[in-house]
Amino acid sequence: MVQLKFDQKVCASCRSADCLLKCQYMTFSGHKEAHGEMMKVMKGKDSRVLTECVTCYACEEYCTRGNHPFYLISEKREEKGMFTAPRPITTQWKNMTQMQGKYLVGNVKDTALSCCYLPELGQLGTGEIFKDVASAGVFGAEFMCPAVHSHFARMSVIKERLPVVIENYRKLGVKEVICMHDECYGTLTSMASAYGMEVPFKPVYYLDFVWQRMQELKDKIKPLGITVAYQRSCSNRLIPDKLPVVKKIFKLIGVKAPKRKYQDENALCCAEILRSVSGYKLADDVQKRNIDDMLASGAEYCVFNCPACQTSLSEKVAKRGLKPVHIIDLCKMAIGEKEREAAS
Amino acid sequence: MSDIRKALVDIVGERGVSDAPEELWFYSRDPGVLAPHKPDFVVAPKTAEEVQKIVQLANREKIPIVPMGNGMSLAGLVIPLKGGIVLDMKRMNKILEVNPMARYVVVEGGTSQGALKAYLQKNHPTLRHSIPDAPSTTTIAANVSLHGQGRLTNQYGFNSDMVTGLEVVLPTGEICRIGSPSIGPYWISKGPTLPDLSGLFLGWLGCTGVITKVGLKLYPNKKIRDAELFVTDRLDLIPHILYKLTHLEMLEDINVWFQPKPLMFLGNYHITIFFTGDTEEEVEFKRKMVWDCLQEYMDSKDGGFMSIQYMKPMLLEMPGRNIADFADVPKGGGFEYSGPIAPIEHFPQYAAKVVELAAKYNVLYASTARLISGGHSMMYSISFAFNRNDPAMMDRVEKALDEATAFALGMGGIPWKPNFKEQKMLLEKMEPNARRLLLMIKKNLDPQGIMNPGNWEVNA
Repeated sequence: MVQLKFDQKVCASCRSADCLLKCQYMTFSGHKEAHGEMMKVMKGKDSRVLTECVTCYACEEYCTRGNHPFYLISEKREEKGMFTAPRPITTQWKNMTQMQGKYLVGNVKDTALSCCYLPELGQLGTGEIFKDVASAGVFGAEFMCPAVHSHFARMSVIKERLPVVIENYRKLGVKEVICMHDECYGTLTSMASAYGMEVPFKPVYYLDFVWQRMQELKDKIKPLGITVAYQRSCSNRLIPDKLPVVKKIFKLIGVKAPKRKYQDENALCCAEILRSVSGYKLADDVQKRNIDDMLASGAEYCVFNCPACQTSLSEKVAKRGLKPVHIIDLCKMAIGEKEREAAS
Repeated sequence: MSDIRKALVDIVGERGVSDAPEELWFYSRDPGVLAPHKPDFVVAPKTAEEVQKIVQLANREKIPIVPMGNGMSLAGLVIPLKGGIVLDMKRMNKILEVNPMARYVVVEGGTSQGALKAYLQKNHPTLRHSIPDAPSTTTIAANVSLHGQGRLTNQYGFNSDMVTGLEVVLPTGEICRIGSPSIGPYWISKGPTLPDLSGLFLGWLGCTGVITKVGLKLYPNKKIRDAELFVTDRLDLIPHILYKLTHLEMLEDINVWFQPKPLMFLGNYHITIFFTGDTEEEVEFKRKMVWDCLQEYMDSKDGGFMSIQYMKPMLLEMPGRNIADFADVPKGGGFEYSGPIAPIEHFPQYAAKVVELAAKYNVLYASTARLISGGHSMMYSISFAFNRNDPAMMDRVEKALDEATAFALGMGGIPWKPNFKEQKMLLEKMEPNARRLLLMIKKNLDPQGIMNPGNWEVNA
C-alpha cells in the first residue's frame, strides 16, 4: 500500500509552526508549544492535536513547505485507532461511498467532466459554459475522490480507493478530467502527490475551465453589480494556489466581494463536519460568526464553490437574508442563462 | 343467494352491492402474504341505518360480515376467511363535527386519514390528529379498531387511546353510542367516568360490531416540524438512548430503525427524533436538548448525529413513504411485518432476531420501532419484503413472520394487529380466565358468530 511522503526533517526544522499556530480551532501559547505538539504527532506520541483537530484541512495551506501536516495527523489518528467523528458516522460514510458498480459515464472521449458523487454537479455542469463537455459527465462512487475520509481519519480508505478511482479514469482513455469539486481536484493533485500516486491524465480545476469559458463568452456578460461573500470550502485548502481564480471570475462578471474578517487564509469552514466531529456548539458558533461576518461585509449573496457547503449553509444564510448561490450559477446569471431570482 | 343480493340491493341500492368476480377478486385479499378468500358480496353502505339493516340481515341469515376500511392492515384482517359480506365503509366518509376548543373531531366510520388531514389543514390549521405511517386512504375507524399508532403515539399513546366516543352497530343490529355521546352532545370521553365500554370494540378487529362514528382527539399543530437522526452501532445502548430521549418529555415521535440496504445504512441503528415548535427558537431549543442529552455517546464515539439535510423532506413526510420503497427492493412490491408491542429494554433481542430470521429464511429485512406513550413500550416492526410474484419467497416470509411472533410471545410481547394465526397463538398463551372473559363478551355480543369470523375465535 502507498505511504504518505512526509519529510520529518522539514517539520523538525520548521521555524514557524504555522500549521498549528494559525489554526482557528486550537490555540497554542507559541511556537515552542505548537512545534512540540507537532513533533509528538510526528513521532507517534499522544498529542492534544490528535484529539482536538476538527479536520478543517487548513493546515495543509498554512504549511508553506508542502509537508502535509493534515494528512500526517490523520494517518497518526488512524494508526492509534482514533475516531474523529463517532464510529457509526465513520462507518456510514465508508459504506455510503462504497463502489457498487452503479455509476454513470457520458459520452467521454479525451475529456471527462467529473461530477464526483454529487448529483448537483451534473446540474451545474450544463449550459453555454459547459456546452462542449456537458455530455462527457461521469458520476458515481467509482469516480468519487475519497478525500472525505480524511475528515474521519481513515486514510486507509483513501489509499485503498484512490488508486481504483484513478484507474477507472485511465480506463476511460481520457487525457484530462475537469473536476467539478475542489475535493476531486485537490485529491488528484495534492493528495495523490503526497502519497506518490501517478495520475495518468491531466486534472483540470473547474474554475480554471469556467474562467476560460467566461473569457470566451465575454460579449454575453452583463456585469451583475452585486455584492457577495464567498464561502471557501475545506478542500480548497488543498489547492490554495487556485484561490485567485475566484477573484478573477468575480471581477469579470461585475461582482464585488468586500473584505471580510473570515476570508482567504482566515476563512471559516461551513462547519457541517464540525457538527459531526465536535457537536453543535462549535458548529453553531462558527456558522454564526461566519454569517455575521458575511452580513457585516454588506453582502447580498453567499457564493458557494462546494455543494456540501451549500447544503450545509443555504438555509441558514437564507434565513438571515442572504441569497445562496453556487459560483457556476452566478456565472450563468452573468451571461443571462439564469434569472437572479432563481438563485435566491 | 339471489334473495340475499336482492335484499342487499333493497338496502343500499344497486350501485352499493357487487358480486362481480373481478370485484370479489380484489376484496378477497390484502397486500400481505396470507392466502386470499373470496366474499360472496361486497356492500358499500352510506349510513348507519343501512349498516344496521345489513347487519340485521346477516344476523338473520347467519351470513358472515367483515367490516372493512381500506384493507391495508397487511395482516389479512379483512380477508373474508369464511366468505359472506365484506362491508366496505368508504362511502361513509363525512367529517361530522370539529370542536376546536375541546380539540376533538367526529367522523363517519369510513373517513380516511388523508381526508381528515386535508380537512384540518384547510379548516383548522392549528389542529392535527395522529397520522399513521400507512397510505392516506386507510380509515380512522379501522385504525383505532386495531389499536393503530401514529405520529403522536409517543406523546399520547395508541391511536385508540385518543378515541373520545364511538357509535357502533352491534352484531344483533342495535345502534349504540359509547362514552360521553351516550349521555349528551359532547364527544369528550370514550369511557371515564363511565364504565369504559369502548374496550368491547377497540382491538376487536370488527369481531364485535361495526364502528359507524368515531370521536377522536385532536392536538396542537405546531408551525414547524423538524427531525434529527442519531446513529449508533451499539445495539446494547439503544434502550438507554431511548430512555434519555423520553426523559426530555418534549419529542413528537421517536422511531428506531435498521436495514441492510441501501449500503449506507448497514451496520448502524438509526433513531429518528421528531420535534415541533411554533418558533425557530422553540425548535432550536428542543434540538439542543436532544443533542445535549446524547452528548455522552458522541464523546465516547459510540453514536452521533447524521447530516440529514437531503433526507429531511422524506423523513418529515406524513405519512412516511419509505416503507413502500422498502417493499420494492426485491421487486414485486410486497412486505409484511410482525409488530409486537414490548418493553424498550428488549430492543437488542428483537433486533438480533430480525437479522437471524432474515438469514434463516433468506429474505430481506427492515425493522422500524416506534415508541409508545413516552417509552412505556415500543412497537417493533419486524418487516420482510417480498416479490408478490414469487410464491416461494412469500412462503419463506410467512414462516419468518410466524417464528417472529412465536419469539415475541416467548419474550412477553403482545403481537400488534395479529393475523388469525397469531390470534390463535395469543389465545393459547393467554391466562385462561382472561380467555374465558373474551369468550363471554364475544358470545354475548355476537351470538350467531357472524362478525369477521375466523378472527378472535375464542374457544373455552
